[in-house]
This record gives sequence, C-alpha cells and structure tokens, in this order.
Amino acid sequence: MTSIFSADGRNVACTLIEAGPCVVTQVKNVDTDGYNAVQLAFGERKEKNTPKPLIGHFKKAGTTPKQKVVEFRDFRIEFEGQVDLGKDVIADQVFQEGDFVDAIGTSKGKGFQGVVKRHGFGGVGGQTHGQHNRQRHPGSIGACSWPSRVFKGMRMAGRTGGDRVKILNLKVLKIYPEKNLLLVSGSVPGPKNSFVILEK
Amino acid sequence: MSELLKVVEEEYKDARSKFPNFKSGDTVNVHVKITEGSKERIQQFQGTVIQRKNINTNGETFTVRKVSSGIGVERIFPIVSPALEKIELLREGKVRRARLFYLRGRQGKAAKIKERVRVKK
Repeated sequence: MTSIFSADGRNVACTLIEAGPCVVTQVKNVDTDGYNAVQLAFGERKEKNTPKPLIGHFKKAGTTPKQKVVEFRDFRIEFEGQVDLGKDVIADQVFQEGDFVDAIGTSKGKGFQGVVKRHGFGGVGGQTHGQHNRQRHPGSIGACSWPSRVFKGMRMAGRTGGDRVKILNLKVLKIYPEKNLLLVSGSVPGPKNSFVILEK
Repeated sequence: MSELLKVVEEEYKDARSKFPNFKSGDTVNVHVKITEGSKERIQQFQGTVIQRKNINTNGETFTVRKVSSGIGVERIFPIVSPALEKIELLREGKVRRARLFYLRGRQGKAAKIKERVRVKK
C-alpha cells in the first residue's frame, strides 16, 4: 500500500495491483459446457512444480505453466473478440481510470481468537461490580434445562482469518499500462504479494 | 519497498525533494496553502521539527512544534502534500536523537536547542 494526493488535495490510501498479463487458457460456452466462461491464468510457475495434467492444459493454450488459474463466468461480450485461446488479457483492456472494481482475496490468518475479535462481541462491559477475570468472555451460550444443548452455529472462539473476502467498489485511481499495474483506492484482503481476483 | 511500489512513488520524487534538506532539531517556517470557500491564502507555521517519519516514501510526514502564547502546538505535514507551498530552513539545531519528544515536557530555557555551527573547510 501507498498513498497519493488526489486532484482536490486529499490524501488517498491506495493499493498497487499487478493486473496481468493474464493468458486465456480455456473458453467455455453453452454448447459444450452448459455455460459461458473464460478461464484466465496468471503468474509464472516452474514446469517441474506443475502437475502433468496442468502442463497439458497450458500446452493446449500454447503458454508456459502459470501459478493461478481462475474462471470468470459470463465474461463481458465487449471482449469477445479478444478472448481467444492463448491470447493475453492486459490491464488497460479491461479497466479504465475511474472504474469501480471488486477485489476478492483470502484474508490474513489471525490464529485462534476470542469472541471479541472474531465476532465483535462487546465483552462483559465493565471491570467493576464483582468482575475480575472475564472482561472478554462470551457470556451465556444458551438456556438451561430447555433445550439442554447449545444451538448449532453459536458464535464462539476459534480460528479467525484466512477466509475468502470480497471488498466492493474500489476506485481505480490510475493505470500504468506498460507495467500492467492498477492503483486502486483503499485496501484489499490478504497479505502483500498475495493473489486477488478483480471484478468489474 | 517493493520494486513495483517504486513505480508509483517515483512520480512524487520531485514533490519530496523540492524542499531544503532539514531534520529534527531544525527551525523551519512552513508555508501552507489554505482554501476557504473559493479563496486561497498562505498560512505560515514556524517552529522546531521534532520528527520526520517514513522518510523517502509517499507517506513521509514531519512534525513541527511551536509554543504559541504558552501553549504547545504541534502540526503534522505530509511532505508530498500539494498544500505545502514552501519550507524555509531558518536555523539548524544540534541534537542527539531523531525524535525530540522530550521537548514536550520542557519550558523556556530547558526547551532550547543549541545551534549547529557548520565550519567551512
């Protein structure tokens, strides 16, 4: 992340995303697959680290093995001519400055966390009135002899983070076409150098 | 910093380097553009630099402290801000640390910073 100043003098926090070049590795259509989709691949990968079936799949598209393969359903018709097998999809083909995009990624893992961090519980509220060791506890998790069990889905402590998260409406502030870089406002899920899916 | 981030921050290199090279302990006069409605005017803020943070990035800021009618006032300026018109370096200070937070607890003569005298060779 970095920050830039917008035209009206505001300091905007922003994230730099390398958006391409993505290679089209498969084009699905209604006749053969039952739905329309385009499969894109991004990031170089060593051939010795790629499973044999995937090497074959990339060979079919005429490219080197790639790290990440994502399918986009109902890819916009305006790119129809450009989405042939083995062709590159680059950042400024799809995105324009001022567009609003959604970013999907895997959030940072937080480990085993209590209910206050995990579900936003308020904790017990105060430190007085006899409290001494339960400030961040969940409190009651249900009634007594009826139902004499804890309901399914009761929010409790546990593994936090590492979920698929979608952030909506990030504004594209700038595009660097020669490097396929996208500068979007705000933050995206996940650690640095992780993969995100951008949707328009 | 990642190589790719440098692509973005390179654009603001001029904005960062157009000011004189000052550091904590120096006395500066900062000219800030202020917009009130449609009018624009320049406000000056003169004081001691007590810290510079995140140097050589877009997020670089510096804190200026002055004592205004007995009350300590601190202002933080982002260095790439378009509102910064000019920074005058008035006096170089001789200090032994990068963050001068100890000045906050001092008044009068105790809060004085010795001047750095540059000897020409």
